[in-house]
Amino acid sequence: MRHYKFYYFSLLASLLFCALLLVGCNSSSEEETTSNGEGDTDNNSTDTEEAAEDEITEITLLMGEADDTEGFRAVMNAMEEDIGIKTKIELRPGGPEGENIVKTRLATGEMSDIMLFNSGSLLMALNPEKYFVDLSDEPFVDRMMDSYKEVVSSNGKVFGIPEGSSQVGGWLYNKRVYEELGLEVPKTWDELMENNEKIKEAGKVAVIGTYGETWTSQLPILADYYNVQAEVSNFAEEYTAGTAKFANTPQAQRGFERIQEIHDRGFMNEDYTVATYDQGRKMLAEGTGVHYPMLTQALQNINDNYPELVDDIGVFPQPSDDPDVNGHTVWMPNAYLINKESDKIEAAKKWMEYFISDKAIELYESKSKSIGPYVIEGVELPEDSYTAVKDLVPYFESGNVAPALEFVSPIKGPNLPQICTSVGSGQLIAEEAAEMYDDDVEKQAKQLGLDWD
Amino acid sequence: MNSSTRNMYPLAFLIPAALVYCTFFLFPTSMAFFYSMTWWTLDDWEFIWFENFIQFFQEPSLRIGFRNTLIYAFTTMGGKVVLGLILAVFLCSKIRNKDFLRSIVFFPALLSTIAVGFTFSAMMHPTNGVINKTLALVGIDGPNWLGDAKIALLSVAMTDIWKGVGIATVIFIAGIMAIPTHYYEALKIDGGNAIQSFFHITLPLSRPALNTVVILALIGGLRTFDLVWAMTGGGPGFSTDLLASIVYKQYASGFFGLATAGNVLLFLFVGLIAFPIFKLLNRKEVDL
Repeated sequence: MRHYKFYYFSLLASLLFCALLLVGCNSSSEEETTSNGEGDTDNNSTDTEEAAEDEITEITLLMGEADDTEGFRAVMNAMEEDIGIKTKIELRPGGPEGENIVKTRLATGEMSDIMLFNSGSLLMALNPEKYFVDLSDEPFVDRMMDSYKEVVSSNGKVFGIPEGSSQVGGWLYNKRVYEELGLEVPKTWDELMENNEKIKEAGKVAVIGTYGETWTSQLPILADYYNVQAEVSNFAEEYTAGTAKFANTPQAQRGFERIQEIHDRGFMNEDYTVATYDQGRKMLAEGTGVHYPMLTQALQNINDNYPELVDDIGVFPQPSDDPDVNGHTVWMPNAYLINKESDKIEAAKKWMEYFISDKAIELYESKSKSIGPYVIEGVELPEDSYTAVKDLVPYFESGNVAPALEFVSPIKGPNLPQICTSVGSGQLIAEEAAEMYDDDVEKQAKQLGLDWD
Repeated sequence: MNSSTRNMYPLAFLIPAALVYCTFFLFPTSMAFFYSMTWWTLDDWEFIWFENFIQFFQEPSLRIGFRNTLIYAFTTMGGKVVLGLILAVFLCSKIRNKDFLRSIVFFPALLSTIAVGFTFSAMMHPTNGVINKTLALVGIDGPNWLGDAKIALLSVAMTDIWKGVGIATVIFIAGIMAIPTHYYEALKIDGGNAIQSFFHITLPLSRPALNTVVILALIGGLRTFDLVWAMTGGGPGFSTDLLASIVYKQYASGFFGLATAGNVLLFLFVGLIAFPIFKLLNRKEVDL
């Protein structure tokens, strides 16, 4: 008898425990639905919307740490005052770690209302149609230049608005040292190498390498794309279709050869394998390093840390082997995207409309200067732009610019940074690197579901 | 008697634990085996049999993981066993401040691996690092510890040994303390010296401790991720990429099927190496 009682007690106890577990799981999902429900009423009924005019709507936003600039904060504060939208900012790391966070949060349905992410091939890898709100019919989208719309569109639908100005990837150089050594801006790769030789003789670092942050190693190949497309005009299409490869296109493989040449001739700083992006910018500003193949976004940080030195920095395009081919490779700004699952889509659209209004752009520019021309119609570069940004104007005016490969093709192999550091540290030669990268690209194409076989 | 003990706890007691175990362990594990054979984008999948595994063995940047992981696991294991044993014998001898010294040896094991990684990568900086600056004082031109692809993996392994030797030492100390003193007394009466006492008593009789250290260090080495990630991120190039960091990178770049296949391979790899060694070592254990 006692035995039975004990048995029932234990069965009851364990069932209760299981129930407890289930309740635990349930309650959290219930919370979500209630908050969703509230959100729906917020959006759909105009009454509450109007009532909310006076109140403050809170929008969550996920962005990379590097994008959290003073200009951005200023616009956020003004937005809260002007249209009553308060932005709760969540920061994530940049690079592959950040991408990882974004992909996981999208897949698990935990994304913030608005998120900031790369435009171009990296955005395409996210499958934007599935996750983001189509903005094609919004009036504010018309303000964006067509060149930008292309890099945030998929199947004819526009998904994002620009974070700021566009930028170029080229060779940042220290004008002060150039004057001291009597050097001239090179028009060909050979002239650049001659300059490097002279700088090396003068006891300075000719080319700053910062492989401690591997993405920085890719610039000599990515910034070479203007030269590639000038000579092989259909490279992007054929590369996307899987017919043109880096290994079978000598002009494309040239980018790896350039990295190899910089390494073989010993132009880089002694600690280039471990130096960081920050150290690179310091060397360039102080003039201990003279060339830095980099994006113009580096100017922002140089301005923050060495405001008196930022106007010593200039930029020239990565020279080709032909003096007549000389132009800049352009990077399009990151894009703000609205999460399809968000319960505040209308508020998020207002957020966007405000963000690319003239007032907001002016405010942004007053705190964080542009690093290249804007991609919004009618927004000009101000007079007090960085010297390096002024260097860009003639190229844009004469049309000697081309978007980087990642903005004209949806595919970018994820291992490019490691492959570039392998070449730049003498572990691979250019031909091997090109073949390895072709395999990497193929792998990515398969993952994107492109039909390649 | 026997059957009543068995019935004392009803099977129903197993339900909660079994439920948790199945939901959070068995189910995901079997899912991993399934998804390792698919092309997977988190919302869509297609069954492709063993293509992911084949790719893992074909692609040089993935294949290098097996070699590096083996080198890393066996170097760190060897280092921890040898140094740990030497330190343990030293710390069991008649010295002053024994407890204080033991704490010092154990201290690195308490630190966060990531913190250790960042600190050592700063110390191993080729021009400004403490290590090379100290070497320069005595006229040695120190190598580029983490930047030279040939030695970067060994530099990370060295850091791992520094951090892990404390635990090995503590296990060895426990093993040595458990050896009855009369063996040593017998040896003394027979006129044996210190070297004989080490090779004929301490070493064979601390075998259980040795086995524990070997297995722990080996499995720890095979699945290392954090230290490598903090110190080199797998670089320069792919020279310090271990299986775990490769799997992470594949996952981060969105190759979910491939990353899952890598995890399955890592699981098999650890099993295939650790299990036979475990068997072998346990067979040779002697009773005190």
